Amino acid sequence: MRKFFTLAEMKKSLLMAVWFIFLTFPIMVVRVNPIYKVVEWRWQNLVLVGVSAFFLSFLWRYFLAYKKPAPAKSPLETSARKGKLSELQRHPAARRAGIFLAATLAVAFPYIFSTYQVNIMTTALIYVVLGLGLNIVVGLAGLLDLGYVAFYAVGAYSYALLNFHFGLSFWVCLPIGAAMAALFGIILGFPVLRLRGDYLAIVTLGFGEIIRLVLENWNEFSKGPSGIAGIPRPGIVGVEMSLNTSSIFLYFLMIGLALLTILVVTRLRNSRIGRAWIALREDEIACQAMGVDKTKTKLTAFALGATWAGMGGVIFAAKTTFINPASFTFLESAIILSIVVLGGMGSIIGVIASAFILILLPEYLRAFSEYRMLIFGAVLVIMMVFRPQGLISNVRQTYRFKGLQEENKEGDIK
Amino acid sequence: MTAVLTITGLTMDFGGLRAVDNVNLDVRQGEIVALIGPNGAGKTTLFNCITGIYKPTAGDIVATPPGGPAKTIHGLKPNQVTEIGLARTFQNIRLFSNMTVLENVMIGRHCRTTSKILGAVLRDGHTRREEAEIVAFSYQLLERVRLERHVNDFARNLPYGAQRRLEIARALATEPFLLLLDEPAAGMNPHETKELDELISRIRAEMDISILLIEHDMKLVMNISDRIFVMEYGKEIAVGTPLEIRGNPKVIEAYLGEEAHA
Repeated sequence: MRKFFTLAEMKKSLLMAVWFIFLTFPIMVVRVNPIYKVVEWRWQNLVLVGVSAFFLSFLWRYFLAYKKPAPAKSPLETSARKGKLSELQRHPAARRAGIFLAATLAVAFPYIFSTYQVNIMTTALIYVVLGLGLNIVVGLAGLLDLGYVAFYAVGAYSYALLNFHFGLSFWVCLPIGAAMAALFGIILGFPVLRLRGDYLAIVTLGFGEIIRLVLENWNEFSKGPSGIAGIPRPGIVGVEMSLNTSSIFLYFLMIGLALLTILVVTRLRNSRIGRAWIALREDEIACQAMGVDKTKTKLTAFALGATWAGMGGVIFAAKTTFINPASFTFLESAIILSIVVLGGMGSIIGVIASAFILILLPEYLRAFSEYRMLIFGAVLVIMMVFRPQGLISNVRQTYRFKGLQEENKEGDIK
Repeated sequence: MTAVLTITGLTMDFGGLRAVDNVNLDVRQGEIVALIGPNGAGKTTLFNCITGIYKPTAGDIVATPPGGPAKTIHGLKPNQVTEIGLARTFQNIRLFSNMTVLENVMIGRHCRTTSKILGAVLRDGHTRREEAEIVAFSYQLLERVRLERHVNDFARNLPYGAQRRLEIARALATEPFLLLLDEPAAGMNPHETKELDELISRIRAEMDISILLIEHDMKLVMNISDRIFVMEYGKEIAVGTPLEIRGNPKVIEAYLGEEAHA
């Protein structure tokens, strides 16, 4: 690593400090008191801004320099360079211990913490499922979907309306909600088959808004902005549950669904279909030329991604017992997309981790009240500057073959 | 020898520009055929027509798998053409760079395997067997192009020559009877070109695959091909053995310009 505390770097930081003093001068230093008609000069703030800008800019550039990898000795060596988290993931013992710890914590959680905390955790788990679902579309198949929340809404309204009109139970509606969302996934998929990148993003954004506006304005169908209330929580036939036990039940239900999602998505990713998705993301023309049916592959990605949003929606409706279109705005899509990007496109562990970070962070930052969204935003910015590839980036399955073991070992030592 | 690919009267227009003009071409079973011509002659456009990336304006393209019925392939989608048994590489390498070398080849198996979503989720016996077969088959192909050492490396990290060979392996994974190579030796040093020469000959001999290739490296072309087609300004100007082409005044003119007469 090159020497950092040089005069040139000092000078850069000093300039930065002066610039920040200049920028914040009118708001941090000058204060006009309109009542007494005096101007107050708060010079101590000027010093504060100057010193903190100096050190922060120094720190900022130090970490940026740290992030930049040393020039690779051979082009092949870069493949061995992976994040610490992904290295940890490879260690079987550490992995087992981590899974055991997470499992114990997950089971004990509702008995240690209050119902309020359990509800927050259930919400976080819903976002884990949503993140993993969107990860199929965006992370694996590379189709930028900004209207993902539409499928979430389809799931939620499927349960709410079917229950309201026909009295169908949660357990019947869960698969129906998933199927409805998948159907809508295919409906969206057809017109956007030819689109990629920005164009696709705009169309999906429009699709999400269409669903929300229909729900908001079609009063006879969805009761409009006033929403649907009194949606029953899920239960087991013949068992009466208090509010508290039913939250715990929902929590465990959500744990189950999250585990199912993880299992299914992991298996899909390492299958013939998952490989086709990734190939489609990498190079559409080459992918087709290698015999992959683009239409089928894209539609399965949309449908399977939407399925999880549908299920998440059903559970969301059951959890809140009330839904209206305000829960399904573009902001939701943006948060789910942030979960995928922050976690690392295509990485399952990364998406789970970032779902927890992005949902729990604002909750636990409530203590900082008005600063919480500021901190939240800062975390996003810092993450993307220092780790644009996400928490965990692009770990591919490795295979071992006879006769290659020795070379693999050699590679491990490096 | 029967023809595996017959192109008659193929024309491709882009707006007012006629990129390929009434071209006839055939590749016979077990042949290595080279397609040469100056830059912009329409060679790659012809390739794109054959492999379904473009829909030709006019003309017929018929592929005949060995021992199978003839099939008209113009107007089919690229993946359908590949399924019939034509596989290609690209002039500017188009690998799946964030996938491993092995996975790149495994994609080639996609159209020869059948596992569905349910199979992938449940991992039943059929899916597991198929997956093992895909891995074994792909690994063998990597051995054939001498890339087995890089199995788990990302494709983007391979040296240039190795990337070219990986593209060939990926195309071979689709079990083609006709392999279309678009400038396989572009950017290679003489040593790598010689290796490629051997590889192509080996593919034909061992795997019984006919080859149609676009190439600018004349030494390679003269060495390896049974017949050569020459194109200029979208038109076909000469056909023949390497010896005939070498002496053809039209070809010399196309390549060297008017001064060649002097």
